[in-house]
Amino acid sequence: MTTITVEASDLTRKYGGRAAVSDVSFSLNKGEVLGFLGPNGAGKSTTMKMLTGNLAPSNGSVKICGIDMIEKPKDAKALIGYLPEQPPLYRELTVDEFLTIAARLHRVSRGHIKKAVDVAKQRCGLTEMGKRLIENLSKGYQQRVGIAQAIIHNPMVVILDEPTVGLDPIQIRDIRALIKELGGEHSVILSTHILPEVEMVCDRVQIIHKGSLVFNGSIDVLKEQRHGNRLLLGLHHPPATEALLAIPGVESVDTVEGGFLRVHHTPGHVPAEALVQAAVSQNWGLFQINPDQTSLEEVFVQLTFQEPSAA
Amino acid sequence: MIINIARKELKGLFSSPMGWVILALLQFVFATFFLMGIDQYFLTMSGAMRPDQRIGVTEFVGSNVFGIASFIMLFAVPLLSMRLISEERRQQTLPFLFSAPLSLTEIVLGKFFGLVIFLTITILLIGSMLFSLNLWADIDVGFVLSNLAGLWLLVASFCALGIYVSSTTQQPVVAAIITFVALFALLLLDHFLAGDPSNTAAYLSLMKHFEPFSRGLIDTRDVAYFVLFIVTFLTLTIRRLDADRLRG
Repeated sequence: MTTITVEASDLTRKYGGRAAVSDVSFSLNKGEVLGFLGPNGAGKSTTMKMLTGNLAPSNGSVKICGIDMIEKPKDAKALIGYLPEQPPLYRELTVDEFLTIAARLHRVSRGHIKKAVDVAKQRCGLTEMGKRLIENLSKGYQQRVGIAQAIIHNPMVVILDEPTVGLDPIQIRDIRALIKELGGEHSVILSTHILPEVEMVCDRVQIIHKGSLVFNGSIDVLKEQRHGNRLLLGLHHPPATEALLAIPGVESVDTVEGGFLRVHHTPGHVPAEALVQAAVSQNWGLFQINPDQTSLEEVFVQLTFQEPSAA
Repeated sequence: MIINIARKELKGLFSSPMGWVILALLQFVFATFFLMGIDQYFLTMSGAMRPDQRIGVTEFVGSNVFGIASFIMLFAVPLLSMRLISEERRQQTLPFLFSAPLSLTEIVLGKFFGLVIFLTITILLIGSMLFSLNLWADIDVGFVLSNLAGLWLLVASFCALGIYVSSTTQQPVVAAIITFVALFALLLLDHFLAGDPSNTAAYLSLMKHFEPFSRGLIDTRDVAYFVLFIVTFLTLTIRRLDADRLRG
């Protein structure tokens, strides 16, 4: 039993004659974390603005838990928490004042406001900062206030536009943990261009390039593309290629610069153990063996530069 | 929800010294004119022997204070209204309001009433000053109330124009200057056209519609004018913000 929380169909946005986003369709289930990837200017932020009702789509529709954003914007917006690229903060207010206003505007009932503010602060690590002016906070803390403001009303869908920009590594780890936690009960959409981040927190990935989706699928599909059935072998006294090919599972061997050998093997059958045994018994001088991974960047580049072949 | 936005605006005004300073300065100016009015009342009236030269203390002091109040508000309102929307645009905080479950009408009305409530405080203070005359004289309550109502409508109209101008720009200072010039022109329109009182353009002058109030006359035509003025500019503001969403 899965429930669809976000449904976007044929979203198109034109600026003048140029389409910034064209025909983007996807849906998101409850409890999923969706990563939005794409190079600069690909249309990530535009799509997010349309999802949150900040921008009217030229064509297509957005439904949040079945409620149409264009027909019933108020009801749909009540289900969303949104952190824009530039966190919208009233700098002259303190963190508590700002979050109280955010809670009030997002229809948190009067009796629960204080509790909601405390919970949001605690979740974003802002407990000590309640009385500070937002103006005087560091960029990282301001970013956290932005996230706190987006989750304060416990929305069904949380949309975060580049949430980890400007944070230090420890804060990034905290925020990632928070996003994972949010993914348990809510749906989360986040955009980023930090690829490992997507791999760590997202269940599903969408890659958008020049306004259209080029990849939409589970993170595992991306990971499989990444682990390309290859081993990288470092030998001091490399034997003849035939000796390696004799080991079961090895399909072909290339020489790579730096005295390494790249061993291609049959999928699902990793000949690492056999290779190590052979290396020891025949004294090949093994000094390194590890899976040869294509970096996520390479996958990303492949996907964005080849023509749309959506998985 | 309108109330919540208004509260947010008031919080913004009072969380910086600006709100307090403006309130204090306005009050200082009005109180000075109030005191001067009382001083001059005795001087003038002791010289006025014939009964037809004598006017009541309410009218004498009142016209003094309300005359200056309408003029001072011409400077004060643009300074306060300039930030309403342009500052949000500049700080990129508008998405915060747009993505909250609020309609544009609620946002605009909330901002408008926030500022009007702030200025109502000044107007109430003026009222309480004049009513304090009642301690030793018998004042003309109707005259004061009609003046207060007129001033309130005038100030609300200023705010409506101010919020519209503020929505068209990113620079608060530009908004302030344009609002000031526009208000100044609207106030003095009938002065330029003094030779031709039936001129339609003169009818647009805000001062012309404020003048009956300051005589103690509440005319529904003037009330209707102010209400229409406010509604027009608030509608334009909503349209302007909607264009943001449509055109991006």
